Amino acid sequence: MSSNRVTNFLVPVFAVLLGMLAGSIVMLVSGYDPIAGYSALVYGAFGDSYYIGETIRQATPYILAGLAVAFAFRTGLFNIGVEGQLIVGWLASVWVGVSFDLPKIIHLPLAILAAAAAGALWAFIPGFLKARFKVHEVIITIMMNYIALHVSNAVIRSVLSDKGFKSAKVHASASLQSEFLQSITDYSTLHYGIIVALIGAVVMWFLLEKTTKGYELRAVGFNQHASQYAGMNVPRNIILAMVISGAFAGVAGAMEGLGTFGNISVKAGFTGVGFDGIAVALLGSNNAFGIILSAFLFGALKVGALEMPSSADVPTELVDIVIALIIFFVASSYLIRLLLSRFQKEGK
Amino acid sequence: MEYVIEMLNIRKVFGNFVANDNITLQVKKGEIHALLGENGAGKSTLMNVLFGLYQPDGGEIRVNGQPVKIANPNVANDLGIGMVHQHFMLVDTFTVTENIILGSEPTKGGTIDIKRAEEQVRELSERYGLAVDPTAKISDISVGMQQRVEILKTLYRGAEILIFDEPTAVLTPQEIQELIQIMRALVREGKSIILITHKLKEIMEVCDRVTVIRRGKGIGTLNVSETNPNELASLMVGREVHFKTEKQPAQPGKEVLEIRDLVVKDARGVTVVDHLNLTVRAGEIVGIAGVDGNGQTELVEAITGLIKAESGSIKLNGNDIFNLSPRKIMEAGVGHIPQDRHKHGLVLDFPIGENMVLQTYYKEPYSKRGILNFKAIYEKARQLIAEFDVRTPDEYTQARALSGGNQQKAIIGREVDRNPDLLIAAQPTRGLDVGAIEFIHKRLIEQRDQGKAVLLVSFELDEVMNVSDRIAVIYEGKIVAIVDPKETTEQELGLLMAGSKRKEAGVSS
Repeated sequence: MSSNRVTNFLVPVFAVLLGMLAGSIVMLVSGYDPIAGYSALVYGAFGDSYYIGETIRQATPYILAGLAVAFAFRTGLFNIGVEGQLIVGWLASVWVGVSFDLPKIIHLPLAILAAAAAGALWAFIPGFLKARFKVHEVIITIMMNYIALHVSNAVIRSVLSDKGFKSAKVHASASLQSEFLQSITDYSTLHYGIIVALIGAVVMWFLLEKTTKGYELRAVGFNQHASQYAGMNVPRNIILAMVISGAFAGVAGAMEGLGTFGNISVKAGFTGVGFDGIAVALLGSNNAFGIILSAFLFGALKVGALEMPSSADVPTELVDIVIALIIFFVASSYLIRLLLSRFQKEGK
Repeated sequence: MEYVIEMLNIRKVFGNFVANDNITLQVKKGEIHALLGENGAGKSTLMNVLFGLYQPDGGEIRVNGQPVKIANPNVANDLGIGMVHQHFMLVDTFTVTENIILGSEPTKGGTIDIKRAEEQVRELSERYGLAVDPTAKISDISVGMQQRVEILKTLYRGAEILIFDEPTAVLTPQEIQELIQIMRALVREGKSIILITHKLKEIMEVCDRVTVIRRGKGIGTLNVSETNPNELASLMVGREVHFKTEKQPAQPGKEVLEIRDLVVKDARGVTVVDHLNLTVRAGEIVGIAGVDGNGQTELVEAITGLIKAESGSIKLNGNDIFNLSPRKIMEAGVGHIPQDRHKHGLVLDFPIGENMVLQTYYKEPYSKRGILNFKAIYEKARQLIAEFDVRTPDEYTQARALSGGNQQKAIIGREVDRNPDLLIAAQPTRGLDVGAIEFIHKRLIEQRDQGKAVLLVSFELDEVMNVSDRIAVIYEGKIVAIVDPKETTEQELGLLMAGSKRKEAGVSS
C-alpha cells in the first residue's frame, strides 16, 4: 500500500525530471545554455512575489478545467469539449458582468453561476446525444468547441460591442480582481478566482466521494450494466455527469472573464486551457487534490516560460518545445511507471 | 526424467496474506493432473507462478528436471508451458487464424503469410481432432469453439504442458464431453495437462492424478483410481460435504409470480421468449432447465426489467410489474442473482462494501439528505460478509480482487438481505466449488422455507434436480413441460431439453 503511494508521488516527479532532461538536450543541441534556461524558468515562475502571483493566477483556470475533465473521466466520459464550454462560460460571465448593475454580493455569484450554466448547457448537448442516441461524446464535444469559438466571436462583435474586437470591462460589482492581492504580489494580475477554484476542487471531491448522487455517477461510470441492474437511470446519469463537468469548465471561463482579463475579446483560435485541462487531470490522477498540484505545475511552466527568452536568450519557439517535452513526459507517465517497477524488481 | 513439471515448496505472499504456503506439485509426462481446491484456495496463484505472471517468494520450479526461473509468460512459452485461460483472450473481430498467430506471425517479404498460417492451424486442428475452421471469425463461433482456439493458440506456440483453468465452467454438457475427448487426444500425443478445477465428476472421469490444496496449503497428491468423490470433497473443504441437499417437502402457498403469454424479442428482433406461461408460488423453488440460449436469459431480464418485453403479463403478488423500471420491480419485491456477476452483479472497481448497497444506497440509513453514510454502509457490509462467509481481506477491498465464489456469496448476501418475495437465481453456482455450491443451495432452500418464491435458472441438471421442487423445462422460448424432480430422470430431462426432433451437437442456430 505505502509503496504504491510512494510510486504515485514519484511518477510525476520523475516525469518532470525526464522532461527537463530532454529539454536540456534540445537546448544544448541548439547552442543554448540549459542551466541558464531553467534558472530563468524557475525564476519566472517563483522568483519574486510578482511571478508567484502570476503563477497562481495561471493555475486558477487550469484547476477548474482539470476538474471538468476529471469529473467526466471519473464518471466514464471523455469530455474533450472543456475548451468550448470554457469559452461560452467566459462569454456568459462577461455578458452578465456588463449588463447588470447589482450589489457585488449578488452580481458576482450571478456572473459565475451564469458561466456555470452556459458551460453546463454546452455539455448537455453531447451528454443528451450520448445518452439518447449513443453518439460518442468525443465527436460532439470537438464540434461543439468550434461552435463555441465562432458563436462567442459573433456575439462579441454584434452584441457586446459595436462591431469591435472586445467587450467592455465587467462592472466592478462582478469583478474578481483584487487590489489587495495585486498589491501583495507586486501588481501581478492575481485575483480572487483562486479561491473559487479551490472551492471547486472541494465541491468535486465532496460530490463524487460523499454524496448519494456521486455514488450513482461513479457506478454508472464504471459499469453501466450493473448500474441498470441496480435500478439507476443510466441515461440521466450520463447527462448529469456531462452537465456537471461542463459547469466546472464554464466557471474556468469565468475566471478569465471576471478575473484575469475583465472582458472578452474576439479570439483567433482556442485558448488551449481546456485542452491542457486534459493533461492536468491525467497528471493529477483525476483526483481533486492531485489536480490542484498539477495545475500549479502547468501554471508555473506557462508563466515561467515567459522569462526564458529575455533572461536566457532562448527563443520563444524553443521554449515551447521544451515545455511541450516536459508535458509529453508527464503525460506518458505510464512509461515511467513501467521503468520504476522494473527498477523495483531489480532492486529486490 | 520422470516429471515434466516440478513445483517444489512454492511460497507466495501478498502483503500479510499467504496465498501459497509451501505447495508442491509434480506432473508426470503424458498425464492429466488435476489441481483441486476451493475458490481462493490458491490454485490460480500457483498457476500464475508457473506461467510467470507472479514471482514466487520461495521454492523451486523445475522443467524436465532442470531448475528454471520463469520471469514472465514469454519464458513460460519458451519452456513449452501454455495456458488456456478461463476468460478467453481473443480478438472478436479477427479470424481464428489471426488470433492464433497474434504475437508470433509468420511473415513473407514483410507481410503476414496468412496462407501458411491457416495451413498450420488446420493441420494442428486435425491432428488433435479439434475441428476448428481457421478462417471463421471469433464472433461467429460458439463458446466451445472459442475455447478450442485458445487450445490451438498454445499448441501453435509449441506447448508441451497445457494448463486448463476451469475449462468446463462455460461449456454445455455436450461440449464438456467433446473437451474431454480433446484432452485425451492431447495426452495421447505426448502432451501433459494440468487441469484446474473443482468439479469432482470431471476429475474422476479424465484425470490420472490429483493434487489437493486447501487455504494455500498442499494437502497431498492422490491417484484418481484409488480415491472417490467423497474423499476428494472432504480433503478440499476440510470437512464432510453433502452432495444431496437436505430439504423438507415444499409447502407452496399463494402465487407470487405469474407470467402469462410473455413474448420477448432480442436485439435483432428474433422472438426468444415465445408466449411463455409460468407460475411460482410462495414456499417453492421452481427450476428452469434448458440448454443455454433457449430464452432463459431474456426471460429473467424481462421479469427484472432489464429489457423490455413485447407483450404478455407479469404479475408479482397480483400487482402488474410488466415492463416497469428495474428499480420499481426491485422495490415491488424481486431479488435477482444475475447470471453474469461481473457484468450485472457487481461494480468491480468499487470496494466490496459499496457493492453491498448497490440497490439500496439511496435509502436510509445509507443515505441521509443526499449524503452517503459510510459508517452505516460498511457496518452493513461487515454484517453480510460475516453472515455469508465472504472471504476478503476487508470490506474496503475492490470487488475485483475477490475470487468468483466470494463475489457470488456477496451478491447472494445482498439480495437475500433485501428480503424479496421472489428471488431469481440465474446460474447461481456457475464456476463455484462444492463447498460454495452447498452453501448457496442451502441458502436458496432457506429462503423457500421462509415462504419466499424462488426461481432458479441453471444449465446444470444436477443442480436443477437437487434443489427444485418443480422443474419447468424451457425449449425455444416456451415452457414445454413441468415435471416433478422426484419422478424424473436426467435422461428424460435431457430429451425434453433437446426438444422432440432437433438434436444438433452444441451449435445453436
